[in-house]
Amino acid sequence: MIHAVAAVAAVALSVTMVAVFPRSILVFLTFQGSMLFVYVARIPAWLRAGLLALALLVLMPLIGYFNGYYLEVATQVGIFAALALGLNIVVGLAGLLDLGYVAFFAVGAYSWAIFGSPHANLIFGGGFPLAPGWFYVFLFVGLAVAALTGVLLGLPVLRLRGDYLAIVTLGFGEVIRVLANNLDKPVNFTNGPKGITPIGRPPLPFGIPYSEAFYFLVLLIVVVIIVVNRRLEDSHIGRAWEAMREDELAAQAMGVPLVRAKLQAFACGASFAGVMGVVFSAKQIFINPESFTFLESIGVLAMVILGGMGSIPGAVVGATVVTVLNLQVLKGFSLWLNELKNAGVTVLGYSLANLPTQLEPAKYERMVFGIILVVMMIFRPQGIFPARRRQRELAHPHPPPTEVGP
Amino acid sequence: MDYQLLIAIFPQVLLDGVLLGFMYALIALGYTMVYGVLEFINFAHSEIFIFGAFVGAEILLSLQSAGWLARLPWPVVLVLVILAGMLASGLLAVTVERVAYRPLRAAPRLIPLISAIGVSFFLQDIIRLFESIWRNAFNLVYPTMEVMNHRFELTSTLDVSVRSLVVIVAALLMLWGLHALVNRTKIGTAIRAVAEDQAAASLMGINVNRIISLTFLIGGAMGGAAGVLFGVQYSLINPYTGFIPGLKAFTAAVLGGIGNIPGAMLGGLVLGLLEAFAASYMSLLTGGAFGAEYKDIFAFSVLILILIFRPKGLLGEVVRGRA
Repeated sequence: MIHAVAAVAAVALSVTMVAVFPRSILVFLTFQGSMLFVYVARIPAWLRAGLLALALLVLMPLIGYFNGYYLEVATQVGIFAALALGLNIVVGLAGLLDLGYVAFFAVGAYSWAIFGSPHANLIFGGGFPLAPGWFYVFLFVGLAVAALTGVLLGLPVLRLRGDYLAIVTLGFGEVIRVLANNLDKPVNFTNGPKGITPIGRPPLPFGIPYSEAFYFLVLLIVVVIIVVNRRLEDSHIGRAWEAMREDELAAQAMGVPLVRAKLQAFACGASFAGVMGVVFSAKQIFINPESFTFLESIGVLAMVILGGMGSIPGAVVGATVVTVLNLQVLKGFSLWLNELKNAGVTVLGYSLANLPTQLEPAKYERMVFGIILVVMMIFRPQGIFPARRRQRELAHPHPPPTEVGP
Repeated sequence: MDYQLLIAIFPQVLLDGVLLGFMYALIALGYTMVYGVLEFINFAHSEIFIFGAFVGAEILLSLQSAGWLARLPWPVVLVLVILAGMLASGLLAVTVERVAYRPLRAAPRLIPLISAIGVSFFLQDIIRLFESIWRNAFNLVYPTMEVMNHRFELTSTLDVSVRSLVVIVAALLMLWGLHALVNRTKIGTAIRAVAEDQAAASLMGINVNRIISLTFLIGGAMGGAAGVLFGVQYSLINPYTGFIPGLKAFTAAVLGGIGNIPGAMLGGLVLGLLEAFAASYMSLLTGGAFGAEYKDIFAFSVLILILIFRPKGLLGEVVRGRA
């Protein structure tokens, strides 16, 4: 009962605070924190669902109406949550470390970018861009193309052991990026580093503004992905993945078809990224290879690890924390430092105006990812919201298997 | 097609390939030695390598601003800088192992690899942070010594600069030194014993932890030397420069047979040559459709092909379990 009251109060209080201080980052963080509290509090399921739905469907768009930037942050969180959920299948459930995951995102993004913009005229002559309504078809095209890419990547590398697989997927991610950067000749597919623009946006009913529409679209996709994930986790396939993660040989002996299970994991994870890629390209109107670097892949990996490998709420929380850290905390820190600099504040006799101009905290996301990865691996490899089965297993680590000589 | 041109540039491309190959070989040693003893890909090795380059650059820059760079004899400066780079990178590698890898030695395979990726990212930004505060710039240009730019013209199409000769000589000396260390000394025997079987080695009275630290020290030192040579040869460095050469050096290590020291040297040379030829000839052979920008793809394709068709590499052995 206390939890229920506290949960309602937390949401109400944080929303009021957002309404009073619409520009403060800290206050917006408390709003996000209150949702997390609602999720973990011991309250009846209907109340939890109701509060979350209220916060996500009504309050968040309202906040966004007054401050569009927050809605943008929420949309980004949703996009990355989808990516983290996809990677969670590959890394968390199936235990295949994929360091080039963002390549699938790129494949989805480029599939709509090319056909949804006048750019396709350069390849096929005329008749483009496709009508905006095709966007909804391309959600599925992006899904299929990304899944196919996943299978194509998976086929040759499936025989590799874990750490080799990681390096090869990294190489694959780089290959896709280099291709996107250079396929402006001999035939101009990607327009190289200049990127593709303007990318068409979908037609919307009732004249909803685009920022709200993309927020709801992303939210819808994330919810669908979560449902699919939950169903997969407890299905035949999900169990096969987990068995494979724990011990490939034993899984094979128990009749798990390794090749098929691995391909399914790759295809599933990739397809989520593909769908979000299509949404991303339409939302941004402009894409170029810069959005699909190794840094992004590691960012998504950091989200999965932080939340807890194999855990669905973990992936969502990880995506929220990392995105907010990047978009709000680091940027906020940069702005604050700049203000202090311009105001000529001195700390311990050192004038902050003398700080070097190259020092921009917003550019240090790699350091954040790095610290997250190392600290989590050493102190809490199961993550913030560990998957239940995984938690038990990491609490009692097995001794390393002894080598049996040839 | 212009066959005359293809033949005319051949010696120069060969030389560039050998240079690049030695660079890869020196870096690859760090990957392969660590893999030999721990069966673990030290993902942060690319940053340990570029750290050496930065230490070298800082020393050269301070010598320059003190006015000593022109006064001291250049071989002395060079040896000093390489030694400093080796020491710095070696110690960094040992520290990284102590802090981020040792606590995870009993964990499932992927855990230390993820930790290593974290270390790699962390080091990139720490170097950037330091240089940003210290010099207000994180792209450094290696200060040059006049002698280095001197070129010997061997034929009308082939000339070789002093800096290239320096790189080749230094790399050869270090490869030879490492070979002697591993094969002819007691420490080398201990390293090979630990690589073979940790439990048995420790029963024979070898301090396994100390040998592992030593392996990181030696591998890191080789990387640091490679870093300084990289700076001398290519002159532009930034904290993120190390990543791609590191990845390629790993490819070289796998190409030669990971865990195998002569293999790393061979793999480095082969990959360097392949890449140099791909970079110069691809554009000529395809009429400009695919240029040098595809050389990275080329290197990764080599990696994937070896892993599929010959996972034990050219010289093979040492990999326990199936790749």
